[in-house]
Formats: sequence, structure tokens, C-alpha cells
Amino acid sequence: MRYQLKPLGDQAVIVSFGNTIDPETHRFIKTFTAHLHEHPFPGLIECVPAFTTVTVYYDPGLWIQENDSRLPYDHVCETVETILTALPEQEETAARFVEIPVCYGGELGPDLEFVAQHNGLSSDEVIRIHCEGRYLVYMIGFSPGFPYLGGLSEKIAAPRRSSPRLVIPAGSVGIAGQQTGIYPIATPGGWQLIGRTPLSLFRPNMEEPSLLQAGDIIRFCQISEDEFKFWMD
Amino acid sequence: MSLTILRPGLLTTVQDLGRYGYQRIGVMVSGAMDSFAHRMANLLVGNEQGEATLEITLIGPVIRFEKDALIAICGADFSPSMEGIPVPTWRPVWVRKGSILKFSPSEVGARAYLAIAGGYAIDPVMNSRSTFLRAGIGGFQGRALKAGDVLNFRSSSNWFDSGVQNDLPFTYSAWRISKNLLPLYRKNPTIRVMEGGEYEWFTREAQANFFSAPFTVSSQSDRMGYRLTGPKMAVHEQRELISEAVTMGTVQISSDGNPIVLMADRATTGGYPKLAHIATVDLPLLAQVRPGEQLWFYKITLQEAQRLWIRREREIQQLIQGINFYLRLDKTRHSQ
Repeated sequence: MRYQLKPLGDQAVIVSFGNTIDPETHRFIKTFTAHLHEHPFPGLIECVPAFTTVTVYYDPGLWIQENDSRLPYDHVCETVETILTALPEQEETAARFVEIPVCYGGELGPDLEFVAQHNGLSSDEVIRIHCEGRYLVYMIGFSPGFPYLGGLSEKIAAPRRSSPRLVIPAGSVGIAGQQTGIYPIATPGGWQLIGRTPLSLFRPNMEEPSLLQAGDIIRFCQISEDEFKFWMD
Repeated sequence: MSLTILRPGLLTTVQDLGRYGYQRIGVMVSGAMDSFAHRMANLLVGNEQGEATLEITLIGPVIRFEKDALIAICGADFSPSMEGIPVPTWRPVWVRKGSILKFSPSEVGARAYLAIAGGYAIDPVMNSRSTFLRAGIGGFQGRALKAGDVLNFRSSSNWFDSGVQNDLPFTYSAWRISKNLLPLYRKNPTIRVMEGGEYEWFTREAQANFFSAPFTVSSQSDRMGYRLTGPKMAVHEQRELISEAVTMGTVQISSDGNPIVLMADRATTGGYPKLAHIATVDLPLLAQVRPGEQLWFYKITLQEAQRLWIRREREIQQLIQGINFYLRLDKTRHSQ
């Protein structure tokens, strides 16, 4: 896969794989990220996968040698290129499948009606279409555990709210344009809220603090208000 | 062994060098805004550089020490005092139990760091003691300090009876970090920057203005980022940037054309074009700029930024050796 390297400040490099958001680019990014995770090179701090890029954070201190005219950035780029050249293109890694139970509509999803009306559908049809989809977690960003999902049906797309809500409760499931997502922690936001999940997406005291990882496939399934309350207890 | 927060100040939080390793799941790094002052405060009391300190912002807290302690205050000079006697900064200070530390407004700078020998006894969350305010995790109960909070600190092998006289609240070392070795803390500083990834998206005029005009740090500036006002940064054409990672010091241009410099509590990813990046060596200077002050940007290359960083880190290594030498010397003298 073709790539480009460019600095992000003086302690990180962005490895960029073109300009299109698609599953193939994503698969390669996933392979590359997994490789860096399993075989970290000296000086690697962490790497952050996104839609079309992987950003590699490094400690320039580990690359300083006496009488070396080359800079830490040059060394890191060389290391990254060596890794990329040797990386198998087609390595298929099994995606984790995660089901997200959602209680749709009512107080937990105050904008479900709006999304239905906007698309000339009934609320039940919106729920059915939302649950039928299989969504790929392209990346986690914006806030801890927040998944950027691909795969929302055009039939239930809806514009953002004209004025954002000051607080969106944790677990809220929303739609904005062609995207659907879940708010892991209470934040302000402008998405249309169609329901809420009782699952914690961000669990700071657990070994794996984020329920979701880039590369996961998720599916939403409908639960009743009683089930929601049961889960929350 | 503890200290009590009698008044919290404007925003006093527990910070260390940041929560690394979790940006891929959207967890911001946080950590001390002025990492230089934070590191020095720790080193001056014999701690590891990454121990937690208290980050004090603009209006300092009032703190009572319930036990004898060895502390250091670095960063902006908030004229700290005990019983009306000025407490010197950038050097180790032995505090007598019961003493009350106060701060005044600073002339220059926005943030100071209070380190204590042994470190604050706070459990790390995800490998860091930094406070992540928005998620309410880390630091002291995931929040800024409030009046009445009691922070424990651990005992330290560096602690020794400094012989504080009974009628004095504190005593201090005869040596300090030379002012020559500090970053050039000052009002309205010039900050060195590199071109950002989307530099070419901006018009010639915007590029030229960025490096020649002053920018004012707006009042909506905080640990997350500094919003700047000045000449608008226009792009050739409106383009969508696919969200990707951003870092501390990233200068992104929001849709209204105003720059935002991302700071310690930045989100992990962003979708605004990146016009520039602050050189890491100058981040401490930026961390000390207060709302209302002006900034100038001076363009350097990535090569220069990395060389400056290497030189700074070598100086810090020498400083560490010096500090350790004098700390040992003080200890030997007092145990005789």
C-alpha cells in the first residue's frame, strides 16, 4: 500500500495511506498498528490509528548518538519504512464482533421522532434499519472510547441539531449526517439522539478501558426500557 | 503525612508528565502544561521527574502542611509566602509542620508547580496521576482541588531534619537553579514554530501574516487549548480534512479563520487543518502565557526544533547532576 510520511510536530510522524475512507485502507492500518503494538521499536511511545493515517509518537531522546548528523525524525522514518516494506498486504485479521443493546426513543432517545420524520419513516422503521446495519469501527477519538463508525444507511441519515445540547448523557446513541455513534462520557454535542445503551464504553479501571477498538464490527440491538433499567442497576 | 487545602485557588489540579499509551482509544494525554517547571520542582526535592505535582493556575491556593515536608515551587512567580515571609522558588524548601503557604497574583506567568518530597500518595489511573477533568478520572478524585481536601504524601529518603528553627515556618537551601538555565519566561513571548501538515492549504497572505503579526490569547483559553485572535488565516479553498491525530502544540485553524493552539487537555484527534506546530522546547513558554497577552511566531525547521530539543535535554541532564550533588551535600551537612 502506498504511503506518505510527514511530521506532526517534532515528536511524532503521520503515516498517511491516501485520502479515501474504505475498508481496505482500514485493514492495512489495522495490520500496521497491530504490528507496532506487538513489535514496538526503541523510542516508540504509542501510535494512533485514524481513518487514513497512523500517527507514531516517539521519544527523540532515544535516537541521539554522538557524531550523528541525522536527526531523530530521519531515524524514525527509516524504521517505519522498513516495517511498512516488510508488512504483508493481505493479512486478514479476524474482527471482533460486539453487540450494543440500545433502548430506542422516549426520554432516552428524544430525537428518534425527528429522524423518522426527516426521512419519511416511522420510528419503528428507523430502529429496524439502525439495527440491521453492521458498523465498522474506523477509529476511536474525540473522547475516550468514542467510536467513529462506518456503515450507516442513507435512509436514516439526519442533519445535526442546529444548537448543540450542553450535556449529552453517557451511553447516548446518535446520528449526525451519515454517521452514527455512541457518547461514552457526558459531553456537549449536536447529534440527534435516538436511544441509549446501558453499556459502559469507557471503563478507566479495567485492563482494557475502551469497550470498542478500531477494527471492531458492531451491531445494535433493541432492548426495552425495563431491560435498560435492569442493565443499569 | 498530609497537607490540607484551605482555599483551592482558581484551578489547582494534580498533574504528572501525562497519560501515554491510550490515545488510540481517545484518552487525552493531560499532564503538566509547563513540563519544564514540573520536572524541576520534582528534581529539587529528590523525586523522579514524573512524580505528580500540584499545578496552580493564575490564583494560587492556601495550603496547610500537617507534617514537616520538603517542597519546591517552580514556574510562574506567585510570590509564595508563609507567615508573611517570602518563600523562594526554584529551590528546595523545608517546611515546618503547621505552616500555611499562600500565593499572590503573579506579574509574569500563569502556572506554578508544587512538588513534595516522596510525592503525593495518589493511585495512578491508566498509568498516570494526571487529572483528566472531563472524564473525571485521575489526580485527586478526578477533579480540581476544593477547600477541605486532604492530600497525603509519601515519606521520602531525601527527607532529613533541616533544623528549621521553631520560630520560623521554613528554611531553604543556599543554592537554586540558575535563572540562566530557565526557559526565557516573559510576557508577550515569541514562540518558535514549524510548518504544519496543511500549511500549503493557506494563502500566501495568511502564511506571511502568521509569522509577522501579533496574536492575542483570548479569555477562552484553558488547559485544552489557546484560542488566538489576530489576522484571519484564509485557505485557498474550503476542503475537508479527514480526522487524524493532533498533539500538544498543534496550531489548527478553525472554520472562522482563528488559530487554536492545542495544549495538554487536547482531544486525541481533530479535523481542522494544521497550519503550524509549536517547537516542543517552547511549550513551557506558551504554558505561562496569560489570557490577554500577545504572541509572535517565529518559523524554524523541524531539524532546528529537534536540535533545540536535544540541546535542552542535555542541559537538563547536567542540571539533574548538579541538583543531586547539592541535595546530597545538604543532607551530609545536616546529618553531621
